[in-house]
Amino acid sequence: MSEFSQEFNEPSQKTRISKFNIAAIVGIPLAAILFQVYVPRFIPYLRFLELPLLVTVYFALMRRSPMAGVLFGAGIGLAQDSLSNSYLGMFGIVKTLVGYFAASVSQRFDVENSVVRLVLGFFFFFFHQFFYWVLSRALLGEALDFEPQQTMVVAVLNAAVAVPLYHILDKLKVTGQFV
Amino acid sequence: MEFFLNRYRNLTVLLLAILAQLVLLAYQVKSNQDVRLIRVWAVTAVTPMARVIETGRGGLSHFFSDYFVLLDAREENKRMKKELDRIQMDNQYLRAELSTADRARSLAIFQAHSPSKTIAAHIIGNTTSSGARVVLVDRGSNSGIENGTAVINPDGIVGKVIRVYATASWVLLVTDPTFAAGVISQKNRVHGTLKGQGNSTVIINDVQNEQKVEQGEWFYTSGDDRIFPKGLPAGEATVVRAGKTHKEIYVTPSGFQNGLEEVLIVLEGVHVSIPDGPGGNQPVRLLAPPPPEGDPAAASTPAQSGLSTDADRLIERYRKIGDAQKHVYGGRGSVAPNYNLTLEQPANP
Repeated sequence: MSEFSQEFNEPSQKTRISKFNIAAIVGIPLAAILFQVYVPRFIPYLRFLELPLLVTVYFALMRRSPMAGVLFGAGIGLAQDSLSNSYLGMFGIVKTLVGYFAASVSQRFDVENSVVRLVLGFFFFFFHQFFYWVLSRALLGEALDFEPQQTMVVAVLNAAVAVPLYHILDKLKVTGQFV
Repeated sequence: MEFFLNRYRNLTVLLLAILAQLVLLAYQVKSNQDVRLIRVWAVTAVTPMARVIETGRGGLSHFFSDYFVLLDAREENKRMKKELDRIQMDNQYLRAELSTADRARSLAIFQAHSPSKTIAAHIIGNTTSSGARVVLVDRGSNSGIENGTAVINPDGIVGKVIRVYATASWVLLVTDPTFAAGVISQKNRVHGTLKGQGNSTVIINDVQNEQKVEQGEWFYTSGDDRIFPKGLPAGEATVVRAGKTHKEIYVTPSGFQNGLEEVLIVLEGVHVSIPDGPGGNQPVRLLAPPPPEGDPAAASTPAQSGLSTDADRLIERYRKIGDAQKHVYGGRGSVAPNYNLTLEQPANP
């Protein structure tokens, strides 16, 4: 318990930056977006999964660089936009912010910890959905519904998926160096 | 300035990235009729992959359904032939035909009989937008599809085309919150606007409380929106109640009743009259083929197969009574037969 709270309260002096193969950096987000396009057609209850977001958060957390987080978020968001029926930039802006904040958070917490990952997965999903709703209303004037309770439930489910998913993605790391 | 950019490098990159996307967004909102090149590239790149996956899945499922299921059906059919008589066999055949009716053939029959010029399309993907009800179909501008064309199936309206690419198109489903279409009720001819809600039901707006709409009444397209031809079934009113000024009418869309696999895209719509008969949903069913010529089972029971009414059965009974008493109907000098005799009783002249 004390060790856990120490990790929360005292940011470690050394942070570990993970590096990935270029194929993993391109292939994983692409697979996540294609999964969201194709799989819910046959398994409708998987529609709740926001895999591109989870992948954005993961790469931003692991790189620990806000600039890299911004680029990951913008890239994945724009790719998702290009396969949606909404305007280009909606997911792009939201995921850019998610990438930036996730990378900023990663400099203060031990993001290898499963509990931290669970909490961050929940928080960033809720933030993503809420900010998308705000942008839709403010920029496009669309009267979309936002139900906080339902979003929280879906956020919990996404966070639950994020923890094992991140463990699997950890296996694809090439290096993890201390800086 | 340089110091500022160095010190706040991350924040500067974030602001630049968001600003660039905001400009991109603003440009699109201004001219939303144009298709962006990145979308064309993305859809053109993804469509062949989605089509390959869809073809593989379709081939596999057809293999299992066509081979194993039909193999079982054939064996079962052989066993049934030994146990059941001709009528029971016909019934079984019809039931099997109904349960395994091929949707694509039904679609083709509907397409052939529809006055509108249509083209069949497969649904190959969903949108990634949250809350939107949009699907990707494998027909695009190469097939003559244009923005704003109607999408239907034999059960009713499905949606409308909102974006067209060379080999694929996005279809906005009737359940999407941004969808709207002009409709008219079947019985009382009340005009309204059908709107999606983002769930499985749709609502009919713009119907005054004074206008009469009954629960269970069917709604058809009115042709007012210049997208859907008049006379296509839209759905059945499941809830009708009075609101503050307008009625609240909830409708179950008929186009989704049998799932969405294949659809028809209307290239040239033709208005038809709204049917007066009950129920707008008249699914196309394939009847069993007629028995082959020279079939002994069919040839040996012509009378039984024709006894479809009480009058037919009465005539047949009188004919047998006449035969049993050796009476010739229409013959001169013969006494009328005793019609009170049962057929099992021997005739007593």
